[in-house]
Amino acid sequence: MQKQEPLLSVRELSVAFKMRDCVLTAVDGVSFDLDRSQRLGLVGESGAGKSVTGFAIINLVSRPGYISGGQVFFEGRDLATFSEEEMRNIRGNRISMIFQDPMMTLNPVLTIGQQMIETLKAHRHISKHEAEKLALSKLQKVAIPSPEKRLTQYPHEFSGGMRQRIVIAIALLTSPSLIIADEPTTALDVTIQADIMELLLKLCEEEEMALLLITHDLAVVSQVAERIAVMYAGRIAELGSTEAIVNTPQHPYTQGLLKALPQKVERRKRLNQIPGNMPSLQERPPGCAFYDRCELRGEICHREIPRLEEKNGGLVACHMVKDAAGKEEK
Amino acid sequence: MSDFIEIKNLVKRFDISGGLLEEIRFKGGIHRKKTVVHALNGVSFGIKKGETVSVVGESGCGKSTLARCVIRIYRPESGEVLYNGTRVDNLSSSAIKPWRAKMQMVFQDPYASLNPRMTVYQTLLEPIRFHFPNVSRSEADDRVATVMKQVGVDPDWRKRYPHEFSGGQRQRISLARALAVKPEFIIADEPIAALDVSIQAQILNLFMDLQEEQGLTYLFISHDLSVVEHISNRVVVMYLGSLCEFAGTEQLYTDPKHPYTRALLSAIPRFGSEGFNHLRLPGDVPTPINLPTGCVFHGRCPHADERCRREVPALITAADGRVVACHGVEEGRLEWL
Repeated sequence: MQKQEPLLSVRELSVAFKMRDCVLTAVDGVSFDLDRSQRLGLVGESGAGKSVTGFAIINLVSRPGYISGGQVFFEGRDLATFSEEEMRNIRGNRISMIFQDPMMTLNPVLTIGQQMIETLKAHRHISKHEAEKLALSKLQKVAIPSPEKRLTQYPHEFSGGMRQRIVIAIALLTSPSLIIADEPTTALDVTIQADIMELLLKLCEEEEMALLLITHDLAVVSQVAERIAVMYAGRIAELGSTEAIVNTPQHPYTQGLLKALPQKVERRKRLNQIPGNMPSLQERPPGCAFYDRCELRGEICHREIPRLEEKNGGLVACHMVKDAAGKEEK
Repeated sequence: MSDFIEIKNLVKRFDISGGLLEEIRFKGGIHRKKTVVHALNGVSFGIKKGETVSVVGESGCGKSTLARCVIRIYRPESGEVLYNGTRVDNLSSSAIKPWRAKMQMVFQDPYASLNPRMTVYQTLLEPIRFHFPNVSRSEADDRVATVMKQVGVDPDWRKRYPHEFSGGQRQRISLARALAVKPEFIIADEPIAALDVSIQAQILNLFMDLQEEQGLTYLFISHDLSVVEHISNRVVVMYLGSLCEFAGTEQLYTDPKHPYTRALLSAIPRFGSEGFNHLRLPGDVPTPINLPTGCVFHGRCPHADERCRREVPALITAADGRVVACHGVEEGRLEWL
């Protein structure tokens, strides 16, 4: 089968924040590809750089942050060469975003109908009547009961789960080819979270949309994504198929995270913990950022930042992981 | 063994109607109407010495209110809280002081619950000075150093301020503050919810280690069902201010009886499981301002009948020791096999 061009290709993307007396690198040379209608999960702890990566893809890093290097190709075109005007045609149109808190995303003084029509009018030459019809059909898609009535209501009249459904409906309006969802269910209860995630998965499959799911929740990501990228301290530590990450994680950080899950240990027994903390932006070491917490660390890890390389069928950034195929590391 | 902490029929309501003008309603003439949130509607259960009982439920189900009523931050409307057989819920603020040293609380947000203008030393010294004013300076200093060591924070850092610590370390300091007065019973309200995954395991281990060393009793409030499954001896499931089910962890997770417990447990995201097959509940959680009649869960329950809509289910104790509040289970209509 011929390998088609990826929908989204992120190459050595770096994002820095200019502070008064220093420059802090939040995202440091992140590269990954996302094919059409594929789902990629980006997981990591707070401060790992996963949200900033999401924002950088649609060129929405706000000052003092700026994209300090790398490229983002979307449908084969380099987004860095786009004018602000062209970029607006991508954002919310070809790429939609869903954020954590639906109350912050929705405008509290406009009805749901007004917000949906506004979005459509910004991207399409479309009559109000047609826009309303489209809005109704999308509300039905996200399973909102009595959508005609709901169109005339304000965000505060909805529950948290319903609001997030509306945000998804708005994201669907322009039939985007990529949805970036940044912690879409973190503010919701488990029963609602399962409903919303299931809906998102179903819609991605039906509408053939690709999904970049940014979350800290390994369990959620393993249910939805086909591939998982684990971020640590601004870099991708490991990238592989969900099946490989779940069953045969290679990077010591991924292994540590999975071993620390409560379901891995007998009830009421001590959990396997990773000692220490993730280094903050100011204190990134010269070598591997996981060095201080790593059980496998060697002398080279202290000196040299490991590159993300193909090993045993997955991508992993670790000096100590050996490739079974025989390409020995120095 | 009798219960160390007994919670009997606890009821807590909050009046949120505000001032007089806000209470006035014009529908059908002018009259006053109070708006009341029914946060707890008769919750009862007991905790044995040295065990961990967790309370789970979705946001707004009253689990934090329960914690605060037990330690008497809130005064319950009715019901009783017994500490080792002594009633503590009706004591005056000064009379409860000795009990407060035995019951301590750890809060969710270690950024908000530590005073940013106090050093770790001052933070840890305050409860000792307050509850044991006769303790000498050097004894108090020793105690501060001991609890810091117990929670894994270097005593040399006692002169530092909270902002100099990471989230996980701050939660350790919060726990040290609770331990400073040698409590027997600790209430922890979502103590790991604000922490990162790799840090959560560290803090949970600390909780379990301390329990083993000092024989502490925990009331653990959490929305994270896999964490609760791991650390608890018994679990209370709450919905809209009412207790649905109270059972041993093993019992509850392998064979839940109440329809809400079943739905809640089925929705836990399991690492490595593909797709979704949770029980879907229709509708949303109703508001605690106008409680549904009968069983609070009847509007979303697939098994509700006429009796559920009419009559509030009582807490019944089943043959295997678990407590369930469900007409269906009581009548034997719901047998999950």
